[in-house]
Amino acid sequence: MHLVLFLIFGAVCVGAAINLLVQKHPINSALSLIVVMGSLAVLYLLLGAEFVAAVQVIVYAGAVMVLFVFVIMLLNAGEEEVLPHSSRVAIVLGVPGLILGLAVGIWVVARYAGFDRIAIGGPRVLSGSEGFGNPSSVAKLLFRDYLLPFEVTSVLVLIAILGAVVLARREE
Amino acid sequence: MTIGTYILVSIIKIVIAMLVLLTGVAYATLAERKVVAHIQNRWGPSRVGPFGVWQPLADGLKFIFKEDVTPPFVYRPLYLLAPVLSLTMALTAIAVIPVGPWVSIGSVHTPLQIADVNIGLLVILGLTSIGVYGVALAGWSSNSKYSMLGSLRASAQMVSYEIALGLSLVGVLIYSGSFSLRDIVMAQSGTFLGFIPKWNIFTGQFIAFFIYIMAAYAETNRIPFDLPEAETELVAGYHTEYSSMKFAMFFMAEYANMFTVACLASVLFLGGWLGPVFGPPLLQAVLPVVWFVLKVLAFIFIYIWVRGTLPRFRYDQLMAFGWKFLFPLAIANIMVTALVVALR
Repeated sequence: MHLVLFLIFGAVCVGAAINLLVQKHPINSALSLIVVMGSLAVLYLLLGAEFVAAVQVIVYAGAVMVLFVFVIMLLNAGEEEVLPHSSRVAIVLGVPGLILGLAVGIWVVARYAGFDRIAIGGPRVLSGSEGFGNPSSVAKLLFRDYLLPFEVTSVLVLIAILGAVVLARREE
Repeated sequence: MTIGTYILVSIIKIVIAMLVLLTGVAYATLAERKVVAHIQNRWGPSRVGPFGVWQPLADGLKFIFKEDVTPPFVYRPLYLLAPVLSLTMALTAIAVIPVGPWVSIGSVHTPLQIADVNIGLLVILGLTSIGVYGVALAGWSSNSKYSMLGSLRASAQMVSYEIALGLSLVGVLIYSGSFSLRDIVMAQSGTFLGFIPKWNIFTGQFIAFFIYIMAAYAETNRIPFDLPEAETELVAGYHTEYSSMKFAMFFMAEYANMFTVACLASVLFLGGWLGPVFGPPLLQAVLPVVWFVLKVLAFIFIYIWVRGTLPRFRYDQLMAFGWKFLFPLAIANIMVTALVVALR
């Protein structure tokens, strides 16, 4: 059951990601990205991380992408223009480069994590601890074990918000 | 319980929930027309059946037989997707709402809730945030000025008020210490002085309740926050170009959202199905559901009452109210609640 769901949503995720690149219209690309986020949320659910899955949907698929779509609607962005002659270097070198990069990536993961970890067997919940992935265990990690990094990150976000406000303010 | 009975019981619960919800949606439209009519000293629908009780059926038939016009200038895939998305998200949210305690029928022991998940509240917030796309895409894909303005207003309004809505719930979450809607209801059981129920609205979350109600009206695009479809300026807002059943889907989504908001309000603030339980065993089993339904209907009534009473906000007033009043108030409520719980 887990394996079937993993394969389905993994395929949906990859398909939507490819669609995101192929689509000419920005709004279709944005919607594909939402599908990617949604299927990632399902993969988190399969891993037993319910809270992360819900936050993924609310924050990424819900809040961030709404702003993307909103901006596309507001600017009324049209279809992307396709250049008549695309770069030949990109085609000649791109595909072999991509394959090489993937191969190196897989080799590195396999070398250091052990080959059995990347065998196709669907996702496995690695942690056997009680209540793994539920809100209270996530909260314990965030507010007890990793409190300082968490607070530092929130200060970073605050700085970003202030920066956005300053940049967006009209010159008097 | 074997997996077979589990699936069977789930399907039965889903069918019942959908039937009840859709009937509720149909009759909420009638109730709205009747109540608003009486507020305005009119009779409202009175021709189809006694007191117009078959009016929703007549409306439904009319929607089905209306000509379904798809304007030539729309962007078809998204134009068709938008109403489906709106309605699906609105109807799915009911899945995590608990309408009663656990019941036993024969050997089957099951909660009166389609899915008892431990992140129930987050599921609802997630579904509503996806539901925004229905409105946004409807306006954009219609390729018309009125729709576009309506959906821009709707998206901005829903995103803004979602923050106040979400923050207003944090106080309740701090009190009950769980995202599970069932646990939140159970945390409200018991009474003060023997007769005041320990519902969250009486245990210091009154301000949160006020913020929730205001934000929820804006989230569901109802008067006094119905700027996305302000008919005096935008024809019908984001669904101007929709006709027949596609329009009806937006209409149903709006009312289904009203029910979700009302269910959530009664679960979070009014103790859900909790209430006096007495009498023979059968009555004892039914009473909690009755209390829950009564609370929800009271909310729907207030919705309609407000609609019949208040005028529409201006758009700048709407945004200022959301960001400069509700948002700080919600933050203050969280801080005070956290302090109270920490010092308790």
